[in-house]
Amino acid sequence: MYICRSLLTKSNQYYLFMSLKIVVLAKQVPDTRNVGKDAMKADGTVNRGALPAIFNPEDLNALEMALTIKDKVPGTEIIILTMGPSRAAEIIRESIYRGADRGYLITDRKFAGSDTLATSYAISMAVKKANPDIVIAGRQAIDGDTAQVGPQVAEKLNWPQITYAEEVISVNSSTIVIKRRLERGVETVECKTPVLITVHSSAPECRARNASRMMTYKHARTATELQEEVRDYTELYNQRPYLELEEWNVETINADTNCLGLSGSPTKVKKIDNVVLQQKDSMVLTDSDKDVELLMVNLISSHVVG
Amino acid sequence: MNNIFVYCEITEDGKIADVSLELLSKGRKLADELKVKLEAVVIGNGLSKIEEEVHPYGVDVIHLADKSSLFPYLTLPHTAIICDIFKREKPEIALFGATSIGRDLAPRIASALKCGLTADCTSLEIGDHTETKSGKTYKNLLYQIRPAFGGNIIATIINPDTRPQMATVREGVMKLEPATRPVKAMIKLIDMDKVLCDDMFSIKILERHIEAQKINLKAAQILVSGGYGVGSRENFKHLYDLAAVLGGEVAATRAAVDAGFIEHERQVGQTGVTVRPKLYIACGISGAVQHRAGMDQSAKIISINSDPKAPINAIADYTIVGEINQVIPKMIQFYKKHSK
Repeated sequence: MYICRSLLTKSNQYYLFMSLKIVVLAKQVPDTRNVGKDAMKADGTVNRGALPAIFNPEDLNALEMALTIKDKVPGTEIIILTMGPSRAAEIIRESIYRGADRGYLITDRKFAGSDTLATSYAISMAVKKANPDIVIAGRQAIDGDTAQVGPQVAEKLNWPQITYAEEVISVNSSTIVIKRRLERGVETVECKTPVLITVHSSAPECRARNASRMMTYKHARTATELQEEVRDYTELYNQRPYLELEEWNVETINADTNCLGLSGSPTKVKKIDNVVLQQKDSMVLTDSDKDVELLMVNLISSHVVG
Repeated sequence: MNNIFVYCEITEDGKIADVSLELLSKGRKLADELKVKLEAVVIGNGLSKIEEEVHPYGVDVIHLADKSSLFPYLTLPHTAIICDIFKREKPEIALFGATSIGRDLAPRIASALKCGLTADCTSLEIGDHTETKSGKTYKNLLYQIRPAFGGNIIATIINPDTRPQMATVREGVMKLEPATRPVKAMIKLIDMDKVLCDDMFSIKILERHIEAQKINLKAAQILVSGGYGVGSRENFKHLYDLAAVLGGEVAATRAAVDAGFIEHERQVGQTGVTVRPKLYIACGISGAVQHRAGMDQSAKIISINSDPKAPINAIADYTIVGEINQVIPKMIQFYKKHSK
């Protein structure tokens, strides 16, 4: 597999038997960790517009793991796949600034309403098109915390999976050794490629943006983004065609629409309840000696403590 | 209607994990409500005593795969065995612990069988559903209830058309309760030669260091728990001091764990442990719904917070408005003064 691909890619001929192709799965998520006071609307529902869109934290750990492998296996190519609306192209730019080679935005209205199963189907079709040796993703995204998409994609590819990766112990063009972080310990496993890896938050943080890559790629745009630009990019893109970020839709990845969106999603949301706090009869105390003493006397006399 | 299946995870010492026994307890209740059987799937090595272990929980059938290569857990062979069972038995509901193993395994199975899976449920109920567009009604679905979107909402998820209805649940969420009438389980041995092949063992485990569980938050009667507001690893020392004096354990929120103040094993909440102590002292905890899901059944709650408007205060029996490093030493001082 490596030989064929390397022969097709002239620049890679030097690393004929060495290089790896890695796909990193990354997601743009609302920053649910920093829910401010304006995050809830007057009717109690979530004001999604008030939450900043960020690079899912564990996907940054995943990108770093891919970059680490690239450091160890020269000639390795890193491709970002991200699924989402037009603005998710930001994830590709951010990844390229940090060292990824290129990326594709998987975007189509037909993906709307997909649960993890339908999402994993779409991603697995895109991965097949990219045809990598290794797929690396964050363990889970902070907007759902399900940790399902990684294993579900691995199953659809019929690949083995290594979940909760923390460290790359060793890697060559055909075998990778990974340390995994489990609830109560660690495990070191060896696997031949192809393999899908999900990365735990305890893995090394992603390296910073590279200033010269930022200068080179700051005008990188998808076709959809270009339509919204006031400035005319035609001449710039004629000179630097690598700036165009490619968008993939349902047809590009050859997906069956029955397996996407609501029709491809076995789980349905029956009901959403906004969180309402029921007020208990609470005794409010100050930090004065008198109040704290009263509390402790109360707890002791009611046998809650002691 | 078909039966309810629970995947039973095997611990390092060869026993069934607590989370699996908790799910058997819940599974028995759901099975009684639906008037179906409860079946356990046990995969591992040296499992001759398994029948005795599950007996108190009212398991009707045990599907057993006992082979040296099946422990420690590996994704592919376990997936293959469970998919084989599920394809033959067509379970109505399948439950997994939301552990390192369950969260690796359940999505793999759901993907292979193209069925729905809900992660980290905080409640499971049986109920009906009417499709608004078609008017089609479904009886006795599994309501899979979990906080979502950073805990700002509580979602009820259903799988109307696909089976099994799959869910994962964290340790401690369901109560460990022996069944009212234990039954003698029928053991069905899995024909492993038919199911397993060498390719499934492509991942080699080179090294393992798994420690026995040292901290048991669920068993503690008093928990002194810290949030991001504690501020630092050093400030957590106050919490350890108070816990030592009161005879309790120290717990924490995810924010405190993520900030590196304390180890993950002490995390309480939707993605940690669920606890029901006699007293829960929440120090510098704002009270996100995921955290409250793990502690709101505590008998008494004290909140110590510099913010009088912290959401946790709404469920607290006592709220002390103040700084932790001021309040906790006073609590220790006055406890010592008044206790015998």
